[in-house]
Amino acid sequence: MNQWKNFTKGFLKDNPILVLILGTCPTLGTTTSGINGLSMGLATTFVLLGSNVFISLLKNFIPDKVRIPAFIVVIASFVTVVELVMKAYLPDLFNTLGLFIPLIVVNCIVLGRAEAFASKNNVFSSAVDGLGMGLGFAMALFLLGTIREILGAGSVLGHKFISGDGMLVFILAPGAFIALGYMIMLANQMKKKYIKD
Amino acid sequence: MEYILIIISSVFVSNIVLAQFLGICPFIGVSNKVETSIGMTGAVTFVIVLATVITYMVYTFILIPLGIEFARTITFILIIAALVQLVEIILKKVSPTMYQALGIFLPLITTNCAVLGLAVLAVQKDMNLVQSTVFAFGNALGFGLALITFAGIREQLDLLNIPKPMRGAPIALIVAGMLALAFMGFSGIV
Repeated sequence: MNQWKNFTKGFLKDNPILVLILGTCPTLGTTTSGINGLSMGLATTFVLLGSNVFISLLKNFIPDKVRIPAFIVVIASFVTVVELVMKAYLPDLFNTLGLFIPLIVVNCIVLGRAEAFASKNNVFSSAVDGLGMGLGFAMALFLLGTIREILGAGSVLGHKFISGDGMLVFILAPGAFIALGYMIMLANQMKKKYIKD
Repeated sequence: MEYILIIISSVFVSNIVLAQFLGICPFIGVSNKVETSIGMTGAVTFVIVLATVITYMVYTFILIPLGIEFARTITFILIIAALVQLVEIILKKVSPTMYQALGIFLPLITTNCAVLGLAVLAVQKDMNLVQSTVFAFGNALGFGLALITFAGIREQLDLLNIPKPMRGAPIALIVAGMLALAFMGFSGIV
């Protein structure tokens, strides 16, 4: 399999958020700014990479009938690692992302890649797949976070370019839904235009 | 009175789907028909309340005395997965009709982030057992309210002529955004 194709499919063709529409909860919940979105995306990338590699290594030892609980245990272990490391070294970020860090366990993308890819492919392909999918997820989160930050707070990466408030609604819940809706629409259009399969 | 306040605030003011972004996958995925949304709400309410009570007790009586609070995530998700499986088996024996009706939704509940999210929130919020149970029940009702309202709107959306790239998820999300705007009107009442 072409590893470059395997790596890049997560960015547009099979982007977890924009095309597969998986993992919407952390997407909407953590993207109040570009940095928050990116941090959440990178945390998920780490879990995805770790769980994909591990599950690929263990795929011959896990009995088929209990594979889903086994996958969940592997994923939950990596999430606990992220949780503890972040709490120790980045306490501010940990407080902002809050509940959504333990919720990486139930992010459909992670379990989805374990079931659909890592349990069938070799370690290297699974690692590339996990990294590509994770970075695609992080990219979409960063984009959504930046758009919401520009419209809602009038700043880019924390640097304000207007005085006063922006359209606050984009920082609040409704704006998240609406901004993501338009982003998915654009991705649909782009996919139709540039990717022929 | 205290319990009524918890219910009102979790159903309307900080609605689990529209204000806290939990349980969006089933909200977007299974809300095409009012009837299936009602089935989903039933199953989710049952699992959420049961899961919150059990995880709360395990956390307070086992994890804290042993000093292994860091194993919270892994323990909770295993309890929830086992619980969903158990509910499925019991329901199949006790009430086959209900099992038929809820059948496809049951396995999906394990990965519904509302269930794990509420279990974690309940132990974080320093509430006692009764308060947590009421909190879980109120949030499950809030999930149901959002899901069923949204399904009603989507049934009407099917009849409209929507631009092609907007069909499916994009229009659903934008409508959800408007619904969230409406729910913002409740903020401050409790």
